[in-house]
Amino acid sequence: MIRLVDVRKSFGEKEIIHGVNLTVNDGETLAIIGGSGSGKSTLLKLMIGLIPPTSGEIWVGDRNIAGMEEEELDEVRLHMGMVFQYSALFDSMTVGDNVAFGLREHTALSEDEIKKVVAEKLELVGLPGAENMMPTSLSGGMKKRVSLARAIAFSPEIIFYDEPSSGLDPIMTTKIDELIMNTQKALNVTSVVVTHDMHSACRIADRIAMVVAGELVTCEPVEKFRQLKDERVREFLSAAHIV
Amino acid sequence: MTSFLEKLGAAVIRWLGLIGEVVLLVFDTFRALKKPPRIRHVVSQMAHLGVDSLPIVALTLFFTGAVMTLQIATEFIRFGAQSTIGGVVTIAICRELGPVLVGVVAAGRVGAAITAEISTMKVTEQIDALRVMATSPIGYLIVPRMLACMMMVPVLTVFGDAIGVFGGWAVATGYSGVSSLTYMNSIDVFTKAHDIVGGMIKASVFGMVIAILGCHMGLKSPDGAEGVGIATTRSVVASIIVIFMLNCFLSLILFSK
Ligand SMILES: Nc1ncnc2c1ncn2[C@@H]1O[C@H](COP(=O)(O)OP(=O)(O)O)[C@@H](O)[C@H]1O
Ligand SMILES: [Mg+2]
Repeated sequence: MIRLVDVRKSFGEKEIIHGVNLTVNDGETLAIIGGSGSGKSTLLKLMIGLIPPTSGEIWVGDRNIAGMEEEELDEVRLHMGMVFQYSALFDSMTVGDNVAFGLREHTALSEDEIKKVVAEKLELVGLPGAENMMPTSLSGGMKKRVSLARAIAFSPEIIFYDEPSSGLDPIMTTKIDELIMNTQKALNVTSVVVTHDMHSACRIADRIAMVVAGELVTCEPVEKFRQLKDERVREFLSAAHIV
Repeated sequence: MTSFLEKLGAAVIRWLGLIGEVVLLVFDTFRALKKPPRIRHVVSQMAHLGVDSLPIVALTLFFTGAVMTLQIATEFIRFGAQSTIGGVVTIAICRELGPVLVGVVAAGRVGAAITAEISTMKVTEQIDALRVMATSPIGYLIVPRMLACMMMVPVLTVFGDAIGVFGGWAVATGYSGVSSLTYMNSIDVFTKAHDIVGGMIKASVFGMVIAILGCHMGLKSPDGAEGVGIATTRSVVASIIVIFMLNCFLSLILFSK
């Protein structure tokens, strides 16, 4: 479970996140939706400890990661995986080495065992046998999938996705959405998906949280979210032709 | 006038801030050495960095040794001191010119390459990806580069020293009319192991400066594609300035007796 308590974040003088309270339950898929620049990525980075909050508490399980030292954070992060907006694959390494990275760093598995896990995870994201390809030779959708394979290689309990379908065509978007749902089922993980795509959010999420200009407007189950009368929510829904 | 003072003050504060951050990074990097470094990465960095710089180091030092000999040989011969030419050239190269020039060349080649690579990794969120996978960028990226530079720059310096002395020999014997034997003999008489070792110690410190500043500027690069270029320029300029300043202090410590 992740719980944000009155979390604020400023960059320099400027406050970007204005006191957010949010809970992510175990095993659910939460979508965080909002316009570009509203602070979605910043929220995600706060949850995974990539940036410290200016004030407030961020509970991951029974540990408050706000203000934790990097070494302590690393223990928490071993239970998390993240798919970055632009995939963030290590472009000096092959796909296989990218997926194997966490296993090589943090386990004593033999190369044979690592190979097996890598093959299995690549299979799971629909890219069997891609081990020896270089990231630069992959399409955007393939990169996203390798990034997911890398994120789940270590069998995390929580997976964060930052705009998993941005920059992809509608068909690939649907595929990635299915992949997120399948991963959730196969590994029984908690997923937090940041997106500006209302369709994706409705398809994959159990609950949808909406962020506008660094404030959490609402966080409701999908069905209830679609019925909300809040103007900002209506605007987003009608822009996506969902209403 | 006040606006000039304001700008000056801001620049001083920026520099002090930079020094503070860099010193902290040096501490963190040495602290990360508690864990055994990734030897494979160190070696591949050394190969990469060394090969990159060899040709320019050779060219730079050859012509420096040559032109210096050209200037001093005429004067020294006039005063009947041709038997000291080889020694003077060698000492100047080993103690000062070798380490400083190799440092400057390495700042331009190696430091720039390090900053470009790391700032690209930052802009494309690869640094964040490392951290999310519970891997410290300091241990994974900075430690191998620092160790590689601290070992590779001295090696390059010794190589450069030899080329520089050879450049001096070429001019002394081929142009100034000093015999090869006199030149060699004078090296033997005047140069001590300490001149070379001291120069290598300097070079090792410069290597550390290049790697740490290169990594720091990369990690702190401004966002966006143009951030890479800005960071790279900053890294090279800062390294060269620091190398010249540190060189003065190191000479006082190493060679003033
Ligand atoms: N490291 C940073 N330094 C300064 N401002 C930042 C930083 N990261 C994000 N911001 C600002 O915070 C706001 C929200 O950014 P972000 O969380 O990336 O939005 P989103 O992901 O919703 O598009 C933007 O105005 C952005 O300029
Ligand atoms: Mg974003």
